[in-house]
Amino acid sequence: MIRKETLLSWPMIAFMVLFFISPLLLLAGISLRGEDGSWGLGNFAAFLSDPFARGVLTGTLALGAKVTCFVSLAALPLVMLYWHAGKRLRGLILICTLLPMLTANVVRTFAWVVLLGRNGPISQTLLGLGLTERPFSLLFSETGLIIALVQIELPLLLLPVFAVLNRADRKTLEAAEVLGAGRWRAWFSAIFPQIIPAVLAGWVLVFASATTSYVTQSVIGGARLIYLPQFVYREVGVLFQWPMAAAISILLLASTGVIMLGLTMLARHERLQGHA
Amino acid sequence: MLETRSKISTALYWGFVWGCGLAVLAFMIGPILLALLMSFNSGTTLRFPPEGFSLRWYEMLFDPIASEPIHTAAKNSIEVALSTVAVVTLITAPAAWALARAPKRFAGSVEPVLLAPLVLPSLVYALAALLALSLLGLGPSFLAVLIGHAAVFAPLMFRTVLGLAQRMNPALEEASATLGASRARTFLRISLPGILPGIFAGAFLVFMQSIDNVSVTLFLGDPGRTMLPLRLFAMLEESLDGRVAAVSGVLILAAALLLVTLQRFGGRDAR
Repeated sequence: MIRKETLLSWPMIAFMVLFFISPLLLLAGISLRGEDGSWGLGNFAAFLSDPFARGVLTGTLALGAKVTCFVSLAALPLVMLYWHAGKRLRGLILICTLLPMLTANVVRTFAWVVLLGRNGPISQTLLGLGLTERPFSLLFSETGLIIALVQIELPLLLLPVFAVLNRADRKTLEAAEVLGAGRWRAWFSAIFPQIIPAVLAGWVLVFASATTSYVTQSVIGGARLIYLPQFVYREVGVLFQWPMAAAISILLLASTGVIMLGLTMLARHERLQGHA
Repeated sequence: MLETRSKISTALYWGFVWGCGLAVLAFMIGPILLALLMSFNSGTTLRFPPEGFSLRWYEMLFDPIASEPIHTAAKNSIEVALSTVAVVTLITAPAAWALARAPKRFAGSVEPVLLAPLVLPSLVYALAALLALSLLGLGPSFLAVLIGHAAVFAPLMFRTVLGLAQRMNPALEEASATLGASRARTFLRISLPGILPGIFAGAFLVFMQSIDNVSVTLFLGDPGRTMLPLRLFAMLEESLDGRVAAVSGVLILAAALLLVTLQRFGGRDAR
């Protein structure tokens, strides 16, 4: 009977293998094809030996690292607030976290185009306070892009952490406080270890999403800031260099994949699991 | 002395938690509220602060002649999104239900494959799919976008349904069968109601993602049939007129509705 029931899963498995997995294998295959029709790692070597291309790769990974770092810093106080909050405030925080995530990409990007622009509130406020002499624009700068990406990706880190906190036991913290640990120490020694696996899982999502957010990168970063997704798009859309584009995509996947795998393995590490 | 230090430390703690916590909350929700605010702006440019209250951008957005390209693009996108939801539901719901009952080893080895699209950048997938299409000698088309969206967003529904199916008590189905109900009847009366909230929640997620997706749509879509996100991004880069704000208003409303729906259907069990 059980065997019969697994039959129902085969249409989806077939669909995903046929329409998801096989195109990717094809992409991996063609990345190995050289201009002269030979097979090998030539495309990868060509990409990595080009200083400009190498700069794009390291710039993309650095962008991912910076966004992940700032997302974590911003998330910390909100996570602590969520931990202390009562049922109502927790509900409100959850809604404020989910709403940006469910809002269309266009809306979030549009909002940041207005916010970061010359006539936007940031520039106007600093002008009004006399902190700057001329209105300025943070659009088309890496600073602006990072600010926008942090806001866009924050929910990806917060949600898994909130899920853990919902299940966590308040008594641990109270016990730590009774034992005389100060507020700070109680939080960092009793609660923080419990959320580490969720934080690592969140980092994976934030990093992957920040390095590949083609739309936000191109609208807010502008044409001068080039990251791997735009680079890939240019190879295919403008230059029709399929094998090269394929090689870059595989590099993008591999470099984010290695980092994600490392974080996932860290999250599964026994010592961390022991605390959770 | 020690007493004062611990008092300061405690005050700092609460200041940090409440002050910075609420500031981050404002940072997260602020841009959404700003987009909403700008949509009621009466000025001709999207200047901040807005010049006055008006519904002119909404009127212009809903004007069938002035906004014809947006309406066509929206219609195309909704068509794709609804078809995607239909395809995804047909393949995903039975699979999630079956895998919740399958032997652990089988489910464990299949699930990563079915969830992979969640972590893979959709841009890379779009590129791979376009490559496959061109090797087959086919061009971008409605069908290609539909299949692409279904492949990329199926895991969203798979996850919501699987979660519910795993928590369902198998004894209920067994009892129904022992009491003489046919398989079909057991499925309709016991299994389906159990996973229906997951299907609804998943359908909303898939619909919204499909409407919002740029990369797959951009690579696989027929350039002659503009889709909503591409049209809007073109507007965002060219003119930045107030209609972008009005569309944002409409989409924020959609997201809020989605949130309420998720809370009603999915949230109940998640909590």
